[in-house]
Amino acid sequence: MPASRSRFLVAALAVACSFAPALAQNLDAISARQQLMKDNGRAAKTAAQMIKGDVAYDPAKADEVFATLHETAVKFGDYFPEDSKTGGKTEAAPAIWDKPDAFKAALAKFQSDTEAAMAKKPQDVDAFKQAFGMVAQNCKGCHQDFRVER
Amino acid sequence: MLKRGLIGLLALVVITAGAFWLLSAPQRLDAAALPAEGSGDAARGERLFWAGGCVSCHAPSSAKGDDRLKLTGGDPLVTDFGTFHAPNISPDPKDGIGAWSLADFANAMQRGVDPEGRHLYPAFPYTSYAHMRPGDIADLFAYLKTLPPVGGRAPDNELAFPFNIRRGLGLWKRAFMDGPGPIAALPADASSAVKAGQYLVEGPGHCGQCHTPRTLAGAGGLDLTHWLGGAPNPEGKGRVPNITPGGSEISAWSQSDIVEYLTSGFTPEFDSVGGAMVEVQQNLARLPDEDRTAIAAYLKAIAPVSD
Repeated sequence: MPASRSRFLVAALAVACSFAPALAQNLDAISARQQLMKDNGRAAKTAAQMIKGDVAYDPAKADEVFATLHETAVKFGDYFPEDSKTGGKTEAAPAIWDKPDAFKAALAKFQSDTEAAMAKKPQDVDAFKQAFGMVAQNCKGCHQDFRVER
Repeated sequence: MLKRGLIGLLALVVITAGAFWLLSAPQRLDAAALPAEGSGDAARGERLFWAGGCVSCHAPSSAKGDDRLKLTGGDPLVTDFGTFHAPNISPDPKDGIGAWSLADFANAMQRGVDPEGRHLYPAFPYTSYAHMRPGDIADLFAYLKTLPPVGGRAPDNELAFPFNIRRGLGLWKRAFMDGPGPIAALPADASSAVKAGQYLVEGPGHCGQCHTPRTLAGAGGLDLTHWLGGAPNPEGKGRVPNITPGGSEISAWSQSDIVEYLTSGFTPEFDSVGGAMVEVQQNLARLPDEDRTAIAAYLKAIAPVSD
C-alpha cells in the first residue's frame, strides 16, 4: 500500500512541522533579556553604594543609573516572543504570556517611574535615595508575579 | 455461612469506623495551661502579626494601605490538593473571630481546631504556630482584636477526595504534628540572637512550611532531615530555595547580606526578591532590626543541607 504509506508520511511530517515552532527555543531573546536584567543589577549596585556612602554621591552617576534602568524598561518587553518560554535557564513566569495586559502594565509603570526619576535630576544623596526607592519598588513588583525561581 | 460472613464484614466496618472516629478526634490544648482571657498586650502582638505574615493569606493582595488590615480572607491558595480560601479573621462577631475566646484562638493557632471542634487544614500553618509561647498567642489575639471588623465570609475550600474529609485531618495530625521543643539542634553555646532567631523562624515566621520539603509527595509533614533545605513551590512552577548554609542559594551570603535582603528585598548581587517571598519580605521589613538580625544569625547557625 504505497499510497497510504506516503499519505501517512505526509501527515507525520505535517504534525512534526506544526510542533517545530513550539519546540524551538529562542535563546537570543532569552539571553538579551537576561543581559538587560544584569545591566539593571549593576545600576542598582551603583545606586546602593552611593546611598550607603561607600562611594561619594555623584549626580552624573545618578543620571546614568536612571538612564540604564529606563533603557531596560523600554526595551525589556521586546524580548518575550512565544518561542522563548523555556530554555537558557530562563526564569520567566508563564504569567508573562498568560496575562499579557498585566505584564504590559507593569512595564509601563517601570517606564514612567524611571522617566520621572530621570527628570528629577537629584543633586544630593537624600533626593537620590527617595527617587531610587520609588524606582526600586518596580523590581519586586514585577518579580512577584512574572518571575519563577528555578 | 454467607450470613456469618456478612456479619463479620459488618463488624469489621463498624470497628474500622469506630477506630477512625476515635483516632481522628480533635485534640485541644490543656485549658489550665492557657493564659488568662484578656491578658494579651496588643502592642507586643503587632510584632508577632508581622512576623507571622497573617495579612499575606487573610487579606486580598489587591488591598493597599490600611485596607491590608481588613482581614476578610485573601486570594485563593491554589495547590495540588485543591484550592484553599483563608477565612475572615477580622474581629467581626458574625463572620470573623470577634466572638472567639482566647482559648478558641489558641486552639486554632496551636492545635488546628476551630471553636466548633472541626479540624483546620494545615494550609494554615498551625504546626509551626504550635511552637509559639502561650503569652505570644495572647498578645497576637489582643492585636487582632484592634483591627477593623469587616463582614463577609470567604468561599468554601474546593478540595478533591480524600482531602475534602476534614475528620481525616485528625489522622494527619497524629502522624505529622510537630512535637514540643525546637526543631533545629543548635550548639549549646549558641548566642541569644541565634536562639531568638530560632523562635521566630520555627514558630511565628513558619519559614519551614515552604522552605522544607514534605513527605508523602507533598501531602505529609515536613522532612526535618532536610530542614530549610529547599522544596518544590507549593503554588506552582519552580522551587523555593535552600536557605541553609549548605545550599547554592545563600550560603555565600554574610549574615548582614541576609539582613539586607530581609530589609530591602535586594540580594548581594542586586537581584530582587520575587514570587511569594515579596510579601514575606515586606512583612519582615516591619519588624525591629534585631529580629531580622536574629533570623539571619539562626540561618547561619543551622545544619547545612546540600542541594
